[in-house]
Amino acid sequence: MFKLLKQSPISARLGIAIVVMNIFAALFAPLIAPYGETEVVGDVWLPMSRDHLLGTDQLGRDLFTRILYGARNTIAIAFVTTLLSFVVGIIGGFLAATLKGWTDLSLSRIVDVMMAIPILIFALTVLSVVGTSILALILVIALLDSTRVFRLSRAVAMDVEALDFVEAARLRGEKIWWLMRHEILPNAMPPLVAEFGLRFCFVFLFIAALSFLGLGIQPPTADWGSMVRENAGAITFGIFIPLWPAGAIAFLTVGVNLIVDWFLHVASGLKD
Amino acid sequence: MNHIGSKLLEIKGLVIEGFTDEKWVEIVHGIDLTLNRGEVLGLIGESGAGKSTIGLAAMGYTRQGCRIASGSIVFDGHQLFGAPDHVKRKIRGNRIAYVAQSAAASFNPAHRLIKQYAEAPVQHGLMSYSEAKEKAVDIYSRLLLPDPENIGYRYPHQVSGGQLQRAMVAMAMACRPDIIVFDEPTTALDVTTQIEVLAAIKQITEQFNTAAIYITHDLAIVAQLADRIMVLRYGNLVEENNAREILAHPKEEYTRKLLSVRTLREDKAYNGDKDVALEVSDLSASYSGSGDELVLEDINLKIRRGRTVALVGESGSGKSTLARVITGLLPPLEGTVVFDGRQLPPALKSRKKEDLQQMQMIYQMPDTALNPRQKVRKIIGRPLSFYFGMKGKKQEKRILELLDMIELPAGYIERYPGELSGGEKQRICIARALAANPSLIICDEVTSALDQLVAEEILKLLQRLQNELGVSYLFITHDLNTVKAISDEIVVMLQGRIVEQGVKKEILTPPHHEYTDLLLSSVPEMDPDWLDQLLADRGDFPVASGPAVSTE
Amino acid sequence: MDSIAKLVLKRVGMGLVTLVVISLVFFVGIEALPGDLAEEILGQNALPETVEAFRKELKLDLPPHVRYFSWLGDFLKGDFGNSLANGRPIAELIGWRLSNTLFLALSAAAIAVPLSIILGILAALYRNSLFDRFISMATLSTISFPEFFVAYILMALLSVQLILFPSISNINDQMSLAEKLYAIFLPCLTLTLVVMAHMMRQTRAAIINILASPYIEMAKLKGLKRLRIIVLHAFPNALSPVINVVALNLAYLVVGAVIVEVVFVFPGLGQLLVDSVSKRDIPVVQASGLIFAAVYISLNLAADVLSIVSNPRLRNPR
Repeated sequence: MFKLLKQSPISARLGIAIVVMNIFAALFAPLIAPYGETEVVGDVWLPMSRDHLLGTDQLGRDLFTRILYGARNTIAIAFVTTLLSFVVGIIGGFLAATLKGWTDLSLSRIVDVMMAIPILIFALTVLSVVGTSILALILVIALLDSTRVFRLSRAVAMDVEALDFVEAARLRGEKIWWLMRHEILPNAMPPLVAEFGLRFCFVFLFIAALSFLGLGIQPPTADWGSMVRENAGAITFGIFIPLWPAGAIAFLTVGVNLIVDWFLHVASGLKD
Repeated sequence: MNHIGSKLLEIKGLVIEGFTDEKWVEIVHGIDLTLNRGEVLGLIGESGAGKSTIGLAAMGYTRQGCRIASGSIVFDGHQLFGAPDHVKRKIRGNRIAYVAQSAAASFNPAHRLIKQYAEAPVQHGLMSYSEAKEKAVDIYSRLLLPDPENIGYRYPHQVSGGQLQRAMVAMAMACRPDIIVFDEPTTALDVTTQIEVLAAIKQITEQFNTAAIYITHDLAIVAQLADRIMVLRYGNLVEENNAREILAHPKEEYTRKLLSVRTLREDKAYNGDKDVALEVSDLSASYSGSGDELVLEDINLKIRRGRTVALVGESGSGKSTLARVITGLLPPLEGTVVFDGRQLPPALKSRKKEDLQQMQMIYQMPDTALNPRQKVRKIIGRPLSFYFGMKGKKQEKRILELLDMIELPAGYIERYPGELSGGEKQRICIARALAANPSLIICDEVTSALDQLVAEEILKLLQRLQNELGVSYLFITHDLNTVKAISDEIVVMLQGRIVEQGVKKEILTPPHHEYTDLLLSSVPEMDPDWLDQLLADRGDFPVASGPAVSTE
Repeated sequence: MDSIAKLVLKRVGMGLVTLVVISLVFFVGIEALPGDLAEEILGQNALPETVEAFRKELKLDLPPHVRYFSWLGDFLKGDFGNSLANGRPIAELIGWRLSNTLFLALSAAAIAVPLSIILGILAALYRNSLFDRFISMATLSTISFPEFFVAYILMALLSVQLILFPSISNINDQMSLAEKLYAIFLPCLTLTLVVMAHMMRQTRAAIINILASPYIEMAKLKGLKRLRIIVLHAFPNALSPVINVVALNLAYLVVGAVIVEVVFVFPGLGQLLVDSVSKRDIPVVQASGLIFAAVYISLNLAADVLSIVSNPRLRNPR
């Protein structure tokens, strides 16, 4: 493991550094933030200064503080959602690949139809009825996103399943759970881990977009997406404040993508 | 034979490097090679010998991840090493052509055969498209392709394996090159199809006095075509000589090993009282579930305790399918499988552990037969715990016993498959099968993917285990040499039916069923005149009337 | 030819079934959600009579399947009902906005598609060169950025700092084509950049995959010129995967337009959808949501069908 890290290119290390920074911010926000999350500390849209590293937002709250708190809110929700979508997607995909027959056929058809629904549209529709509830958000996104995970895990599981050692285990009399857990899963990890990174980015961007539209995480909770929206007006005054939270989103996503790219590169080398 | 002329290709001190583990490593260590006009040079060796790499280097070409580090490659006065791309490009396809191992992969699926044939001569400015088309018909008929006027208008996937390989030979001949590099052209083909391609190659190189570099791992094949042979091993030259000289008087130990035909086992007398371990009766099976598309029909066979039954056939014969039916992966349409006097439920999931434990299987590809994420300990240990509930110290002791039985050191228990060689992996597969204490082991082409010398060792191991443990084998293979070496009884299959079966001696001596005869006579022998003799015997060219199913 | 026709028909059939199911989802999905619709919208303090009248208006008192079919019937006739917010027929609202969104999407596609394919091919051909590495980095960044980030950067640069283009893209029927294009320049550019990044990466990957094929090596060994190999050997086999990539990204474009429309206040269907969601104008949400979904599904369907039809092996069966 450490040997891998030593050999990693600059881009991967940059990615790792970015992700670590974000996790750090998310975990220790209350300890490192200079002010309170919703505390009004000064005038509206103050420029950067020693008291306010990034200036203040549209209500006079310290932007740097809000960015730190925003990390934990947005990242936490995105992470939970991705995790949920993965658990559902992987179990579904593996079952379809191992049981085949009717299970595969019906699951695949259902997923095909679900995948045809553009997530944004459906999420918006649900939100219009249910109102902005974080739980609804998580469930809808996780369910719809799990379809992509299903596709990938099914494809990967089928590739592994075609290998002789899986048949050897079947002939031994091993049951489904053993096959999925001991034969298929360990060999399916590399592409799944990479996909986790990618899906996390997508979910993360998606939640930020919804918040940006005013339909996700609600104020006064700090959240990067809604922070962009709230401060959007500043642009017309030549104050580029909304670029900070937007940039923070981009920053994290780039970091994760760098890691995923490197991971895929290493994993494809491991295969031969 | 060809009229051998002046020096055409001279390679000196060729060093080729490959890029692995983030650095360049030498894989070919200073090879010298000479080829004269009209001469056929055989490059022979096991995997990793570097023969393909050298063959491609003769055209000044290397694959991704390889580079020619140093050496001189002089073709007809032109130095190819370090030559600019346009010089090399003008020679490739035009004066030196290449025939790859897999025709199916080397033809572009988007274009008709004739277009791909004509491309090289037209692009090199040798003739017009219509001239090329006329010449194509001529070459196609010389190679005995059916309907030579029109076959060129087909797409690659519309033509059978043997025909496609010959079409590739035709394409290589299109510019009347001085040299053709044949890279294992018949390795992927059935034995009966192989004959037609070999005959075609021999014909064409003789008629046009083309020089050739013929790359293969099979000494018997190269004996038929080559004037001279170079034996390679791990990028080094082992021995080089006239073909007949090498076959008659090999100087090096390695060459001698490659030449030795597998020693025949003495026939155990047929004892009618021997217990029957497995009996298959009146079996038929189909993938689609319908009686119209049977892949197996009317199968009856018996396997007795402690005996080896060889199941022989080419692709499409149904031998692997039969193994799947016996193990329960494919329930039959009709018929029964009786093991040890008990009728087995047709489907795998209805079978009891005790039945499953008695029958084990070993696969062809050691790379895919072992879970790369499991240590040897788990691979061999699992059957022990699954069937017998063996755990802890008891299990470890048994694993070590098994490792000893397969002639591997105890330390291997902690290894992953990725750390083992092909032969070692196959031994682990054998140990995994043995761990279940079976009475029958189905060996599905277990030596086909291994180098000859390694395969030899595995066969010896399997024989020894049978002598010690009394286990029966159902040995599925397409390789008749293996059959001759280790079987007690032989079952010949063709297109889902059993064509002939019986004790080894009976099957191998004439009179045979027509197909058995075809099969036996198609196996290349070390005699350089074998192919000529066979063609003369069969009269004209032997377009194999065998299986109508197209090979992959 | 039959096997292709059969495959295509099957796929189209699937598409139609999907559309029906989607309509059910949009309809039923709303029903299945917790909370009584009328109460939710009118609020807790609404009088029971108002709620009843409202439910009648929305036809919530009829059994679900009757409601669904009447809704579907109306929908197919082009009658989408009336907006809750302003009582106007939804069809009017949607018609104009849909054409605007399509205009925006098509303008972006017109630039993005050819550029991405060409750049993707070049990047694959000159793999690992400086050019390729630069492209990889640029696309990696762009796909990592939220669309609104790209939108605001462009706005900041080109509209506020250098006052070149309008930051609010309001268009109306009185404008000429040139004026319209000028007005939508920034949102169009945003969409183009975002979609191009995805398309370039995927095209590059598809081409690299093809270039590694044995028949490409064979073509090299026949001594063919590089250009010929690319155009005649690689390209016909690359058609299928590349078309797939393009069509899938067009579908993404349609949905991605929503964000861009909000940032630049562009009068498109996406902005209508978002507004209606905030106002909980359910009928509008249902109608526009379904239209979006239909466009998205049709594009995916077209992707699949074109991909099948351009596959050389399937076109010329045994």
